[in-house]
Amino acid sequence: MADIKLMKGNEAFAEAAIRAGCDAYFGYPITPQSEVLEYLTAQEPHKRTGMVVLQAESELAAINMVYGAAGTGKRVMTSSSGPGISLKQEGISYMAGSELPCLILNVMRGGPGLGTIQPSQSDYFQATRGGGHGDYYTPVLAPASVQEMSDFVKLGFELAFRYRNPVVILSDGIIGQMMEKVELFPQQPRLAEFDQSWVTTGKTPDRKRNIITSVDLDSARQEKHNQDLQKKYQRMRENEVRFESTNCDDADYILVAFGSASRICQKTVKIAREKGIKLGLLRPVTLFPFPAEEIKRLGRQVKGMLCVELNAGQMIEDVRLAVENNTVVALHNRMGGMVPTPEEVYHAILQKFSIE
Amino acid sequence: MEKENLRLDEIIREENIVFKKTPLLTDKVFSYCPGCGHGVVHRVIMEVIDELGIQSETIGISPVGCSVFAYDFMNIDMQQAAHGRAPAVATGIKRCWPDKYVFTYQGDGDLAAIGTSETIHACNRGEHIAIFFINNGIYGMTGGQMAPTTLPGMKSSTTPYGRDTRLMGNPIKITELVATLPGTYFVTRQSVHTAVNVRKLKKAAKMAFENQKLKKGLSFIEVVSNCNSGWKMSPIQANRWMEENMLPFYPIGDIKINGNFVKRN
Ligand SMILES: Cc1ncc(C[n+]2csc(CCOP(=O)(O)OP(=O)(O)O)c2C)c(N)n1
Ligand code: SF4
Repeated sequence: MADIKLMKGNEAFAEAAIRAGCDAYFGYPITPQSEVLEYLTAQEPHKRTGMVVLQAESELAAINMVYGAAGTGKRVMTSSSGPGISLKQEGISYMAGSELPCLILNVMRGGPGLGTIQPSQSDYFQATRGGGHGDYYTPVLAPASVQEMSDFVKLGFELAFRYRNPVVILSDGIIGQMMEKVELFPQQPRLAEFDQSWVTTGKTPDRKRNIITSVDLDSARQEKHNQDLQKKYQRMRENEVRFESTNCDDADYILVAFGSASRICQKTVKIAREKGIKLGLLRPVTLFPFPAEEIKRLGRQVKGMLCVELNAGQMIEDVRLAVENNTVVALHNRMGGMVPTPEEVYHAILQKFSIE
Repeated sequence: MEKENLRLDEIIREENIVFKKTPLLTDKVFSYCPGCGHGVVHRVIMEVIDELGIQSETIGISPVGCSVFAYDFMNIDMQQAAHGRAPAVATGIKRCWPDKYVFTYQGDGDLAAIGTSETIHACNRGEHIAIFFINNGIYGMTGGQMAPTTLPGMKSSTTPYGRDTRLMGNPIKITELVATLPGTYFVTRQSVHTAVNVRKLKKAAKMAFENQKLKKGLSFIEVVSNCNSGWKMSPIQANRWMEENMLPFYPIGDIKINGNFVKRN
């Protein structure tokens, strides 16, 4: 029987973490994602599955705990929002450099600075360009429902271990806070046996010591390491692109939106179709790797694309790169916690593309 | 005359060996300046792990500082931490492997400046780990800048006229500070400038690992050491300067044993 519950996005994420057999969570409170740590501490997962939950003294400490724990080869995660995610960049860069798997949830709020606790999508650049120092990428999954807040935990861990890389779930205050029905997947065991060939366990006589590090002062070796990392990111681009299309096949115009903005755009598509305008929606599910090929293909077929974003227009740069000038790309955006209505987006379409 | 004709393999014989390198140090030549305390402390920690027979259960964390490549020399599983974050990294490891031995190895800039928060909170949580804190009063790796532990009036590349406490505050005695936290079970300050002190450090290091079995809190071992390069002295001068200037300010001895403060006369 399906296990269906009414939950907040943040709670669904936390419950999914326990069910996915996560070994450890380290976090620090910040709105709008504090429910993750609150839900986990209330559930006492050390009793349910043996999962470790620890409130750290800062996001810096939390991500470095994740870094240490990830070095043991276990499934580990953290969550935060804008200001905290900025602090975590140090650790994320170290994990990318030393190739450690982990899951990081960012429930985006508006910035810059302390900004606002209201929802936003303004960390798109930070998430899709690595975020910290050095040449690296992390797969970025953008959930658009409470269901995906749960499902992406499992997918996120799969990707993290497939590529031995941090994976970011880029959510926002709307998806994190809203309540929806969610079908929870069954409890998976925490891994009792796992690949320990590279992890810190204590050196045994039968193997060389395992070292987890990102530093190498030999330029030739460091270049080779960087080249290997780039090959890995290329493999992600080739194999992990995910997107969702709605009414794109016959579309004259396409909305491109991710996460909560795509939910609003779903409604706009309906409104437009009722009025006889052939509007479609392309929703990138992975923001890195970006569905550039699909957007390029659609760009040859349509009269215009409208990016709808809760930021100053960040994803639009990737869309413009992808379409290679084959079509017009316009922007409708809101900032600071403001959210457009479906009708507002509909009118933006009419206006930007001079539809009578 | 006869003796001079002895071949090397006739000299290097089991019965002639008075000092042997522990197998827990690799064959890699130390990158430390001659006379630096780091190498001695490495050896002491590795000897203890060897003697306790816990190599297969021990994970070390190297810092950012001169000892960033401690993992090249220590023949154990290790993880390199970002500047100051070693106690948080150790926390993550220990929480995932609660029955293994975990220790950090950190300089004074790493532990008492950029990593103050991680240090204090790991101590306060009473993580069942050991922290080895090498206090040489200066930033060795980056070329001898002022550290939080630099003595008043002491010269460094960023206090070229001596540390002015009106501008830069006084040196921090973080070891005394963490001793006030109930989470620390064993807090001591040692040095490695004489053979006797090395032996005392070894005893303390052994206790720090044995304590981890008890799960009663964190063991914190400061080692007052020299940075002869940063101090711009010869190794011998540096040790003498350390004895005359550092040790009066950072007195050697146990501060807390088995969770209780040690009475000092
Ligand atoms: C975030 C960050 N800031 C600064 C540095 C540069 N840095 C490297 S080592 C070091 C000081 C280390 O001094 P200490 O901890 O006293 O160790 P020592 O070299 O004296 O053993 C600094 C500031 C860095 N690597 N990372
Ligand atoms: S610079 Fe100082 S701390 Fe670093 S190895 Fe040389 S003497 Fe030791």
